[in-house]
Amino acid sequence: MSEVGLKEIEKKASGESVPSKAGFLRRIPWSSIGMPAVLVILCVSFGTINPNFWSVMNVTNVSRQISILALISIGQTFAILSAGIDLSVGSLLALVSVVCAQQMLNFGLWGGIAAGILVGAFAGLINGLLIAKAKLPAFIATLAMLITARGVALTLSGGLPIVGLPHEFLFLGGGKIGPIPVPAVIAAVALFIAHLILKRTRFGRYVYAMGSNEEAAMLSGINVVRNKIMVYVVSGTCAGIAGVVLTSRVISGQPTLGEVQELYAIAAVVIGGGKITGGVGGIWQTLMGVIILGVLANGLNLIEVSSYVQNIVIGVIIIFAVYIDLARERRR
Amino acid sequence: MRRIVKHFPGVLALKGVDLDVRPAEVHVLLGENGAGKSTLIKVLSGVYPADSGEICFEGKPVHIRSPHDSQKLGVSTIYQEFNLVPEMSVAENIFLGREPLLNRQLGILDRKGLLVQAREVLSKFDIHVPPETVVKRLGVAEQQMVEIAKALSLNAKVIVMDEPTAVLTSREIDHLFKMIQDFKQRGISIVYISHRLEEVKRIGDRATVLRDGNVVGTVQVANTPIDELIRMMVGRDLKDKFPKSRVEPGEEILRVENLRRKGVLHGVSFHLRRGEILGVAGLVGSKRTEMARAIFGADKFDSGEITVRGKRAEIKSPSQAIRAGVALVPEDRKRHGILPSMSVKHNVTLSMLKRFARVGFLNLAKEKEAAQGHADSLRIATPNLDRWVMFLSGGNQQKAVIAKWLGTEADIFLFDEPTRGIDVGAKVEVYQLMGELVKRGAAILMISSELPEILGMSDRVIVMHEGRIAGEFTREEATQEKILGCALGGTSAQQIDLGVKA
Repeated sequence: MSEVGLKEIEKKASGESVPSKAGFLRRIPWSSIGMPAVLVILCVSFGTINPNFWSVMNVTNVSRQISILALISIGQTFAILSAGIDLSVGSLLALVSVVCAQQMLNFGLWGGIAAGILVGAFAGLINGLLIAKAKLPAFIATLAMLITARGVALTLSGGLPIVGLPHEFLFLGGGKIGPIPVPAVIAAVALFIAHLILKRTRFGRYVYAMGSNEEAAMLSGINVVRNKIMVYVVSGTCAGIAGVVLTSRVISGQPTLGEVQELYAIAAVVIGGGKITGGVGGIWQTLMGVIILGVLANGLNLIEVSSYVQNIVIGVIIIFAVYIDLARERRR
Repeated sequence: MRRIVKHFPGVLALKGVDLDVRPAEVHVLLGENGAGKSTLIKVLSGVYPADSGEICFEGKPVHIRSPHDSQKLGVSTIYQEFNLVPEMSVAENIFLGREPLLNRQLGILDRKGLLVQAREVLSKFDIHVPPETVVKRLGVAEQQMVEIAKALSLNAKVIVMDEPTAVLTSREIDHLFKMIQDFKQRGISIVYISHRLEEVKRIGDRATVLRDGNVVGTVQVANTPIDELIRMMVGRDLKDKFPKSRVEPGEEILRVENLRRKGVLHGVSFHLRRGEILGVAGLVGSKRTEMARAIFGADKFDSGEITVRGKRAEIKSPSQAIRAGVALVPEDRKRHGILPSMSVKHNVTLSMLKRFARVGFLNLAKEKEAAQGHADSLRIATPNLDRWVMFLSGGNQQKAVIAKWLGTEADIFLFDEPTRGIDVGAKVEVYQLMGELVKRGAAILMISSELPEILGMSDRVIVMHEGRIAGEFTREEATQEKILGCALGGTSAQQIDLGVKA
């Protein structure tokens, strides 16, 4: 097709010369405004019903509440982008919490924090080896890790909370830097770094490539095994950081933390527009999903909708988000 | 079909296309990739709704909103990618969704009746496929026959075939064409899409040529010469279908010795010199693709030696192959070539990212510049570089796959069916690019199932048969007959020579 011919077609496709009633709707960039629009509608509605929604205290609260979900959703974004999934992150929060608290009692503040993050990364490494080397489906490998990690957390702790953590540690979960809660600062920094990795490094590009077409990625010279392992190490490390922050917030090592959190992380990714089959999505999209989930929970609380009903609303939102994504794709 | 208009975001695919198909004719749709052929048949078969225009069937205007609608009318479409359930039997596939029932209320299947009816359809049209076989065990040609049987069992009056011969051997093609003649006698019309103009001459009655979403014209095939058809398709004369530039071959750059893999490769040896295009001919199943994949490190091999530029190369993975300067353009573009949900830019730069990396971070401006350069030099037609590759036409997708290697250090190119499923214009561009590569001192191994392409482009031809090199010919020696004889397993003087050397 010649250069001129192509320009001509483009002109016609966007111009008025083509009679089409759907033309106007087609030109709206749904992919970039769909979910932010939903978020704006949610915020305006909640704010109108209960003005407290916009109070400094409430906004601060929401940002603190969504930090943990944001952190594990980063790892989930990497996993789903690479056409995998990480079901283990919820249980890893508990394992990390127990290990972090126990080692903190043994080796002090920094020893505990390091141990927590390392155990998360290590569990991720095992996930990665099982998936990339032993070729287990990601769903199965991380499902096994979900069960195992919970078991290890309960075994190590004897099923009981671990208390007596140093006072300085509480800053991580409960402190503030200026007006901003520390967990929110940690999450924001992690989100920013993750975004840079995905968009500006070779590893990030390879994550997308593996999710888009693994075979073609391999034939393009990408070391699929190594990069896949990295994906799950990233996810485990994110769970490690989240677990440490969460431990500080609950001021103890808890073997029961994080149940079904992995499912909310998956929900955040797909609500944001990530494709469960891989290759499509990103940190900003995921963040949008996290905020929508957080605002929903908070807003529905404020307008006194019971937490039972909240689950129903969240379920419907997930269907809605994925449906408009599919509808958009069908139009192409 | 009259005044059909269809557009996609950024591209107007059909700009008011007319098509009339008469009873019992083979109507060929011709056009370069991106001309709108596939879009047109997808409108006809109900995959895409038309933005405007009307479709009449047997004189009456009809609305086709889904594939189901078009099937009910009697229009069946056979795509390049088959719509078969691989785990189910031939009979189950033919009657999928319309299974004969023993008891209508309970939905109990009539398994015997299913086989009987399937056998009936198959034998009526002389299709020799056992109805109880599981489809995934069948070869491509047989799967295609199952698709045709399915269409026939739906009492199709129009069968649309999208490049049915792309995956067939010449004997299978003969069989298919005999069937098409049979259909014509039964009053069935065929809408036939193909890039192979020789075939069009063989079976076409009339041809409609599309270009850039417009109809250039509808002609009687019998009194239109091939050159005229090509001129209509590309809008210009193609002086030479195979622009072969001869380069004096330089030093040996690749030597493969006694490459073996159990059950696949049985001692393949050959060499390749700078400035040379080595054609690899052979039938489907002669393991040419497997050989290329083994050299590229994509598949393991048991024994054998690969020497690159005089040094023994340790190639265990594609990344090692790339570092050794080897590039592979795979046969199956959709499955192995493109990264569909990534942009043209990211597809093109995927294998050369190292060049833009500084302390771990990519210089995106430099990347874009390089991608733009490669896209321009290959004339990839895309509204912009950020468009997903899956929305490009086949020829442009192929150019994107090739462009990926131009920024690497590669000087040994393994092209596996480089022009499969792309249009005449893009083919010539690929050939010209091959010419430029060898002029720059690169070497090309070109696997192809199209003999004119092998004869037109190769300096030397090797023929494979069941995982072995069955013969070797110089450009001057090579003829269709010799190559085919060799590919079918016949002997040649060269084979004996090779046997002695090995």
